[in-house]
Amino acid sequence: MAEVKRVERPLSPHLQIYRPQMTSVSSILTRITGNALIVGVILAVWWLLAAATSPAYFRVADAVATSWFGDLVFTGSLWAIWYHYLAGLRHLYFDAGKGLDIKTAEMLGWGCIIGSVVLTAITIILV
Amino acid sequence: MRYLTDRKRAEGKGAAHSGTEQHWYMTASAVALAFLVPTFLIIFGRALGQPLEGVVATFSRPFPAILTALVVVVGMRHFAKGATMMIEDYARGTARKGLVIFVHSLSYAVIACALYALAKLTMIGFVFELMPH
Repeated sequence: MAEVKRVERPLSPHLQIYRPQMTSVSSILTRITGNALIVGVILAVWWLLAAATSPAYFRVADAVATSWFGDLVFTGSLWAIWYHYLAGLRHLYFDAGKGLDIKTAEMLGWGCIIGSVVLTAITIILV
Repeated sequence: MRYLTDRKRAEGKGAAHSGTEQHWYMTASAVALAFLVPTFLIIFGRALGQPLEGVVATFSRPFPAILTALVVVVGMRHFAKGATMMIEDYARGTARKGLVIFVHSLSYAVIACALYALAKLTMIGFVFELMPH
């Protein structure tokens, strides 16, 4: 019967000593943008709820939503949506087993970053 | 010697200790959101900053109301399951359970608030239309 032996295996390099790469950074950014979007969603739904409650409450929520703080949250959320959008499409492409060679994957990462900034600017101009 | 299939050996070893349903849900809802979100951004962006009458007029129309409801419901379920994936990567034991329950509760609370607001805005818009101008 085969003896089960513990083999001394090398540890994989930890994040702290790993050189940041486009593929890892763009993947981490997907997680950060996706989860951070809850802030913008809560502000938006609160604003909508205030509009449905009373004119006085709407004035309060609208003052917050259109203040420098609201502008910061919504502009940041807009970029986060577009980044998460493009990175999500990239994930669907990866899931199909395509674009996984290093050169293409790195190019797609740059595409997400540059594309998200461009789309954010276009949305702000359009809206 | 244990005779195990590769599948039996792999089952339950992932961070979630379950199958791929969650991943498939994320894929399907991502495609749905890809269609919904761009139009929603324009509708919401144009409504934001308007006086109350403009906001009521926007969200009491069928298309913006239904689109917003879809974005919030699909988006918040996508968020709850996505945040669960993150929690499963970083938290263990009771903290993990508590955080997963929290994000699911938060996601349902946001859905309930948004649907209530949309329903009421629709009714306000309807009453406003019935009034003699």
